[in-house]
Amino acid sequence: MKPTKFDYVSPSTVEAVIEALVASNGDGKLLAGGQSLLPLLNFRMARPSVLIDLNRIEGLSYIKDRGDRIAIGALTRHRDIELSPLIASKLPVMSAAMRHVAHLAIRNRGTIGGSLSHADPAAELPMLAVFYDATVLIRGPHGLRMVAAEEFFVDALTSCLKPDEIVVEVEFPVLDHGGWAFEEIARRFGDFALASIALSVRRTGGGLEGARIAVMGVADTPVRLKQAERELVALPLDEQAPELCSEIIASKVSPNDDLHASGEYRMHLLKHLSRRALRTALASTDQTA
Amino acid sequence: MTKISVKVNGKRYDVPDVEPRMLLSDFLRDRLGLTGTHVGCEHGVCGACTVLVNGDSARSCLMLAVQTDGADILTVEGLGSPEELNVLQSQFREHHGLQCGYCTPGMLMTGEDLLRKYPLATDEEIREGLSGNLCRCTGYQNIVAAIRSAAAMRTGKES
Ligand SMILES: Cc1cc2nc3c(=O)[nH]c(=O)nc-3n(C[C@H](O)[C@H](O)[C@H](O)COP(=O)(O)OP(=O)(O)OC[C@H]3O[C@@H](n4cnc5c(N)ncnc54)[C@H](O)[C@@H]3O)c2cc1C
Ligand code: FES
Ligand code: FES
Repeated sequence: MKPTKFDYVSPSTVEAVIEALVASNGDGKLLAGGQSLLPLLNFRMARPSVLIDLNRIEGLSYIKDRGDRIAIGALTRHRDIELSPLIASKLPVMSAAMRHVAHLAIRNRGTIGGSLSHADPAAELPMLAVFYDATVLIRGPHGLRMVAAEEFFVDALTSCLKPDEIVVEVEFPVLDHGGWAFEEIARRFGDFALASIALSVRRTGGGLEGARIAVMGVADTPVRLKQAERELVALPLDEQAPELCSEIIASKVSPNDDLHASGEYRMHLLKHLSRRALRTALASTDQTA
Repeated sequence: MTKISVKVNGKRYDVPDVEPRMLLSDFLRDRLGLTGTHVGCEHGVCGACTVLVNGDSARSCLMLAVQTDGADILTVEGLGSPEELNVLQSQFREHHGLQCGYCTPGMLMTGEDLLRKYPLATDEEIREGLSGNLCRCTGYQNIVAAIRSAAAMRTGKES
């Protein structure tokens, strides 16, 4: 047996989960899909005294259409998001990204609440939350609070969650984007990204009237590049545009060296993906225009 | 200690004393004696331990046995018997889709899930589906061929 000893509870309501968290005095861990937590337990890098299993809670797994927003319950599996026709039509960038999230067996179990809470800097759902400007709904002993995705991610593997809090829902605004692209490079299909970009544009006449850009794998958290968005909108859309777009994006990040790749290589990949993303996004607006 | 009741390969097991920290992989191998499920990395990367839980493939090294109380599990032992291999197993034999056999149980269980869920019309789709399973021997070519052939038989086409 690999993990250290722990008690195991599987409450059936969110209230009971919060009670269990409070009772554990900061030494309890929530178990959702287990696809990030179990490796940590097996390596004994996490040694909680009590594991609180969320999988028996009814009603935390859903994808709801709220008109201009799509609400996703914390326990919704990656696989359900991947296959959802509602997500495909309302949040197409997310839909396209899902097949890059790990592998089938892991998508069958992993959840959106777990992915956001784990806050891996190279995970797709945290990046999409930042891209879409999603709101994270969090419950704790003092009630409900809502946090913008950009504030939710604090550092690599660190969110703003307190030890007695649970993510219950993530709400994504439906964007009015004309064209979009999601690009990613990983060493093996489905592995964590070395670099990735989500980009959308709204065209008007000969130029752009809006753009949205988020990147990951090149900083400690996923980042939305608002300054780059403004600079991109000001660009003339000639054959130079993809190259200039990649220069603009590159000037906003400075990836570090790590075990998986040098900062220089990540930068090289990001530039390449940025050029490709703008071309794809512009081409997809052409079709719909 | 927790009492759990699971169905594995159609047979019901009531086990009264499961430690919460026992992984599903260890439970299957050590408690039920079902050593067909192999263990390679124990952190979700190699895929050797893949089983089906309520019809969906899952890493048995990333689930606790206590979480499967009430669940229906299928392991490689439940696919077919040496006398009567199932379609996918027979195609692995036909196409020489294994050498040492260490990765094979995970490949078969992943393949079963892929065959149920995806059209598998192209090799690219098959390779993408297998991306979470490592094989140190075959170079994957014959594994892909075996799944391609099983997919064709499933849809009634000649392989
Ligand atoms: C081999 C491998 C490859 C992978 N590749 C990728 C990849 O390419 N991209 C990617 O995005 N992910 C990848 N993953 C991770 C996977 O997506 C996980 O499912 C995800 O990161 C965590 O979700 P989970 O539901 O499994 O969470 P768990 O592992 O159960 O929990 C993770 C953490 O979040 C906490 N937590 C869980 N739910 C909540 C909640 N509702 N509220 C508050 N805290 C909570 C837990 O306490 C724990 O600290 C990979 C995993 C493996 C094993
Ligand atoms: S042993 Fe479970 S994935 Fe490697
Ligand atoms: S056959 Fe030896 S690891 Fe795949």
